[in-house]
Amino acid sequence: MLETFNFRVILEYLPLYGTCLLATLWLSAAGLAGSLAVGCAACAMRISRFPALHWPAAVYIESIRSTPLLAQLYFLYFGLPSLGVPVSETTVGILALTLNSGAYMAEIIRGGIQSVAPGQIEAAVSSGLSYLQRMRSIVLPQAVGITLPPMLGQAIVLVKDSALLSLISLMELTRAGQILTSERFMPAEGFLTSAALYLSIYYVLKALTVWSRKRLIHLHTG
Amino acid sequence: MWGIYLEQLLQSLPFFLKGLWMTVAVSGLSLLLGTAVGFLWGIVRASRRRILKALIGAWVDVIRGTPFLVQIFILFFILPEFGVHLEAFPAAVIALSNLAACFICEIVSSGIESVPHGQREAAVSSGLNGYQQLRHVILPQALRVILPPLVGQYVLLIKDSSVVSAIGVMDVTRAGWLTVQRIPQGILVFGLVGLLYFAICYPLIQISGALEKRLGRSSRR
Repeated sequence: MLETFNFRVILEYLPLYGTCLLATLWLSAAGLAGSLAVGCAACAMRISRFPALHWPAAVYIESIRSTPLLAQLYFLYFGLPSLGVPVSETTVGILALTLNSGAYMAEIIRGGIQSVAPGQIEAAVSSGLSYLQRMRSIVLPQAVGITLPPMLGQAIVLVKDSALLSLISLMELTRAGQILTSERFMPAEGFLTSAALYLSIYYVLKALTVWSRKRLIHLHTG
Repeated sequence: MWGIYLEQLLQSLPFFLKGLWMTVAVSGLSLLLGTAVGFLWGIVRASRRRILKALIGAWVDVIRGTPFLVQIFILFFILPEFGVHLEAFPAAVIALSNLAACFICEIVSSGIESVPHGQREAAVSSGLNGYQQLRHVILPQALRVILPPLVGQYVLLIKDSSVVSAIGVMDVTRAGWLTVQRIPQGILVFGLVGLLYFAICYPLIQISGALEKRLGRSSRR
């Protein structure tokens, strides 16, 4: 296999892979930032007692979790223009990643808030803290530590999900493989190089996850 | 204006249902194959076979670290260079089964490791052999931990199966993609696609949640 593997072509296309790697990182980072904002808002709405806030968030979260990202991506990609909203591929791509990941983020944050022991909240209530004070000084500081590892897990998913953006012809790592396939008929070189680059991002994020888990244990015991 | 499109869309409903059938077939087959292989790998991973463990661990990392779209392109475009010609359907089933097996392997091995060590010792001293220990002592207890995330994993599997539309498998997503070229109403067409996925996935998510509550311990990552 290796004797037919053409490393020279990869060298030739190295600048393309560089740009595409940066594009993947940039798109995922934008999706991550967006999904954190959307996730916080959706979670705050979902745990609210007001039905007018609770239900829209619940419908949003459940419908995102029950449908594939690719269908959501096409929904926005073909749907927004048909509503007369002109948007670029990049905007659609980031929007799809944000909305998709935002629903999972909301659930991660909710899990973190609910994992704070009920006794703590009772103690805070009897100390006379208001809802906002309880959230700010008791619940959220503890929830942040707990949610860090699953959020990094979601970041890993986001990087991999960004590969789907190649299907609406956005320039990113998977697209680079497709370009090598169509320009040089070298799918092996093209896609294996993309896979190797994805894998290196994965190992960095995985190491961070392991580190955050260990830190979390220290926080709790020390 | 929307009325005409809605009528056209309803006329192509059989086309979508055929696509839904394909989605169910691809993910159902992969679910069976992936569960079988995943349990096998998971049992090996929780055992003391060092080399096999390391090999499976490395493979799981490679599959979990790369996008499924890239995996399926590699399988579909590179194997022909070695003289193996796969149709889109078997390629999709192989790639999806492998993906499922890798995730299920992790679920199974952590389920087995959650069984207290004393249980295995007791089984050994009762004179049970390796298979009997697994079948009568370890797995029945591990299953309580394995089952909820396993059903959750099946939901992910059905959703991931939408990606196989990229190599031309005629599933629901592909049906939507072809229809939207003819009926230029993305909201309607992919709204229907989403609804069909929702009809399968939402009940499964509820089952997974109910199982998690019933079997006690939450074991989500």
